[in-house]
Amino acid sequence: MLQGITSEAFILGCSAIGAGLAMIAGIGPGIGQGHAAGHAAEAVGRQPEAQGDITRTMLLGQAVAETTGIYGLVIAIILLFVRPLLTAYLNLGL
Amino acid sequence: MELLIRIAGKDIIVPDTIVNVWVVTVLLIIFALVVNKKIKKASIDEAPSNFLNVIEALVDVVEGLVKDTMGPQNMKFAPYILTIMCFLIVANLFGLLGFSPPTSDYSVTFSLALITFVLTQYWSFKNAGGLLGYLKGFTEPMAFLTPLNVIGELANPISLSFRLFGNIMSGGIIMALLYNALGYIAPLITPPLHAYFDVFSGVLQTFIFIMLSMIFIGGAAE
Repeated sequence: MLQGITSEAFILGCSAIGAGLAMIAGIGPGIGQGHAAGHAAEAVGRQPEAQGDITRTMLLGQAVAETTGIYGLVIAIILLFVRPLLTAYLNLGL
Repeated sequence: MELLIRIAGKDIIVPDTIVNVWVVTVLLIIFALVVNKKIKKASIDEAPSNFLNVIEALVDVVEGLVKDTMGPQNMKFAPYILTIMCFLIVANLFGLLGFSPPTSDYSVTFSLALITFVLTQYWSFKNAGGLLGYLKGFTEPMAFLTPLNVIGELANPISLSFRLFGNIMSGGIIMALLYNALGYIAPLITPPLHAYFDVFSGVLQTFIFIMLSMIFIGGAAE
């Protein structure tokens, strides 16, 4: 089944699958940011006069929570556009 | 547009993001010179013109933000914060003009984060009172936590730069994919997405970058 596929194409395909798998990291920040936004909405409902401070704190916390998702995104981008695995394979000189 | 520089027989390709950094820098320098000239001409007795009013409001907002986040004793950092804010806003919104935004290049965001990192380390060094006190700060609260503290300190500029880079870069990639997929009907569908990925995301990431910079520097400068 794999006979018609060159090694380079196989590595590229596997890199694409890896990039897709790396983006599973987006689930965590999504849940976390939604949680933060929900609690911020609750806080605004309880104390509408502190809306500015609450919004600022929420955005800051969400930005920090986003970090892990961004790491996953960076790995996916590197796998797709920099292709370190293909370079490593070509350097092997097989 | 990319630049090709030939030095001693070697070709050096300057990517368009780096060229755009210089375009943004030159634009901001011209803007600063214009503001400088206008503010020197303005007299105290008259009400400021519309243009100067906007500039004054901007400076007021940034000074208030610095005062709230870093405390009144750290007002000396307000010019730095205003500078990176102006640069980041113009750089992030540069994508709207059809160029690639300078902040979608990792070297740009990493150098910005390095400035904040060096400022943080300099002020914590100064406040600790010499090398010994500075190194001792890493062993708190317990000695065996030292590697964790060092890694935590080094992770700050990396996460700061990757956050900005990732957001702007991913917006650019998604827009490029959409333009390729939609072809001729792209102008009908993409404007709201530009509003989100370029305007909203760019302004939000600017705000978050300067807030985190202020918190890091303020924590070190006490």
